[in-house]
Amino acid sequence: MSVSACFATSAYCLFSHGSNSPENSEAEGSSETSMPPQHPHMYSQTFTCRRPQSISRLRLRTVCGLHSKILAGRTITDPDLLESSNVDWLKTVKGSSEVLLRPQTTEEVSQILSYCNSRNLAVNPQGGNTGLVGGSVPVYDEIILSTSLMNNILTFDNISGILTCQAGCVLENLSLYLEERDYIMPLDLGAKGSCQIGGNVATNAGGLRLLRYGSLHGTVLGLEVVLADGRVLDCLATLRKDNTGYDLKQLFIGSEGTLGVITAVSILCPRKPKSTNVVFLGCETFEELLKTFQLCRGMLGEILSAFEFLDSECMRLLNTHLKLPNPITDCPFYIVIETSGSDQDHDSQKLDNFLEKAMASTLVTDGTVATEQSKIKDLWSMRERVTEALTHDGFTYKYDISLPVERIYQLVTDMRQHLGDRAKSVVGYGHVGDGNLHLNITSPAKDPALLAAIEPFVYEWTASCQGSISAEHGLGLKKRNYIYYSKPSQAVALMGNIKAMLDPKGILNPYKTLPDDLK
Amino acid sequence: MSGRVLVGVKRVIDYAVKIRVKPDNSGVVTDGVKHSMNPFCEIAVEEAVKLKEKKLIKEVVAVSCGPQQSQETIRTALAMGADRGIHVEVAGKDYETLGPLQVSKIMAALAKKEDAQLLILGKQAIDDDCNQTGQMTAALLDWPQGTFASEVSLDGDKVKVVREIDGGLETIKISTPAVLTADLRLNTPRYATLPNIMKAKKKKIANVKPADLGVDLTSRLEVLKVEEPPQREAGVKVETVEDLVGKLKETGRI
Repeated sequence: MSVSACFATSAYCLFSHGSNSPENSEAEGSSETSMPPQHPHMYSQTFTCRRPQSISRLRLRTVCGLHSKILAGRTITDPDLLESSNVDWLKTVKGSSEVLLRPQTTEEVSQILSYCNSRNLAVNPQGGNTGLVGGSVPVYDEIILSTSLMNNILTFDNISGILTCQAGCVLENLSLYLEERDYIMPLDLGAKGSCQIGGNVATNAGGLRLLRYGSLHGTVLGLEVVLADGRVLDCLATLRKDNTGYDLKQLFIGSEGTLGVITAVSILCPRKPKSTNVVFLGCETFEELLKTFQLCRGMLGEILSAFEFLDSECMRLLNTHLKLPNPITDCPFYIVIETSGSDQDHDSQKLDNFLEKAMASTLVTDGTVATEQSKIKDLWSMRERVTEALTHDGFTYKYDISLPVERIYQLVTDMRQHLGDRAKSVVGYGHVGDGNLHLNITSPAKDPALLAAIEPFVYEWTASCQGSISAEHGLGLKKRNYIYYSKPSQAVALMGNIKAMLDPKGILNPYKTLPDDLK
Repeated sequence: MSGRVLVGVKRVIDYAVKIRVKPDNSGVVTDGVKHSMNPFCEIAVEEAVKLKEKKLIKEVVAVSCGPQQSQETIRTALAMGADRGIHVEVAGKDYETLGPLQVSKIMAALAKKEDAQLLILGKQAIDDDCNQTGQMTAALLDWPQGTFASEVSLDGDKVKVVREIDGGLETIKISTPAVLTADLRLNTPRYATLPNIMKAKKKKIANVKPADLGVDLTSRLEVLKVEEPPQREAGVKVETVEDLVGKLKETGRI
């Protein structure tokens, strides 16, 4: 199988259990043998994901072994219960795992991995299963290792703001806990009600607050990780500064479960702002939007905590599918600005000055402001629920791209022109403050011809600006083979070396993150 | 007819905030807690502004009774389209014991003073859930009342009000001047847009004291205790149907 075949076709096919029958043209590999499928027409149509000889097939006695030895009562084999853990949130990829394990302690995770490593059994770590690149669900029958029951908060120091907790804590629950103590999590994303902090760290999630508080690479102070062979790596320091040797935790942040299973996190949390304002503005052109951003940075700099945008197509989807009305008049572009500070009067003053300037200079054609919790939530929904609105519009092709800020919308315009009326909707929104575009395209049903038009056009466009083909979603299953558009081969080869060193048998989340041609 | 509509707006704890009871059970914690306009009052303001936009009335005056911060609530009403505001200053102990009876007396006095054609209030406040101010004010003024309004239409000197009642909807026709109270489905309050927020800064808010209106603020009610509702207990999982039946018998459910 050639690498170029992988590039040309998409990863968005439903992987179903076993069969080699011609009707099931999207089936990939079989659990009967570890040889690739024999039907030639399947190669050209589908995306091949070769199951290494080294990975063992799951046998019933293995399952019983796991059940009785390690996790009595928390080993799930019921197919109905397994269904939701085998399918990703977007419902675009499906695995055929037969076992879901739910450990409660690091010790249990260590026993599981030690057991699996010795028997060459593949393991798929899973948190909230909200990932958007198919990295959180099995491809074949990998054992799902869920962190859902590891949801204890361990310590919180309200002087330093350092929180330590198990990896399965749901982000929203951590936020609620901290808010009662006058702190907040340094990250926030639309999936907060379901995503778990371990998964957030494994994906190096970005989110809505990155502009103000930075990335997890900076806010995570320590990690406890269980390695592929079951060894527990305790780097769960709670120190702000510690320059003693190589900073190992950085390797695991963003490793998408391929280098180790994160079991505990220590993270630096900021104080809860006393004053929060959200502004929703409308702009005529993207150039004016960028000028507004510059004005905003200049006049609100130290209190600015988010700067997001969405286009009129996004607004149309919100109106149509979620019945959310436009808070202001219809404009081509919308901005959501959030300020967070320690003094309501000072911040209102700064905000008023900025708004007067923005309106007077006609950079902004309309807008509204919210200071109350309930209104703030409503305005934020306009940005946070676009992803949801898209799922109602049809099959969604999602692209999460980092570009030079001034070129962000050009990609959307070019894509619209390039696709013409082959696509149903082409929308752009995202963390414009961070140079991160979420480009989404929909069609009534999955359409391989449309996909062929989108990819590799979108990746080549991105590479031509030295951008990233995955700004914050990660590579997972779907984007692993496109890594070369944003990283040189030398770098990817070195990643392969590190993987081989930490997981020599390749049991941790195989078929994810690193490209197939590394084997 | 004066064409003037008075709208009462109350400053309450924002509905999205988690309420906490004071340790001494004397009330809820309000210090440092986010406040905003009572949602039903927003609906009342929206209705008044709509009537003005339809040119059925000439002026919308927003009124609030409370401490200094109540002015913010009036500003929000101004940003939504009210023309001017009246802040009735009530602070300290008087504010703690301020209830529907006193507010009704204030509203009645102002309605007469301003020669209002209509007085529109929210049906109830989300902090005390009293649902009394509109009705008491109408009684003090001896005006007709259209409460729990989900639809309002002006017709000369009469008002047609569709009311939400337990059995469904009731339509009544009352003469003006009248008191109306807004229910949830009356309208969807607009977001205050920037140009209006800017304009609102220049609109006038008059300061009035209850004594100037001849109103006595003494309360006849005393709050004895405020407590949280009983904590919701965790559910119990059972393994078999027999266990379920057993548990139900145990707790005396069957």
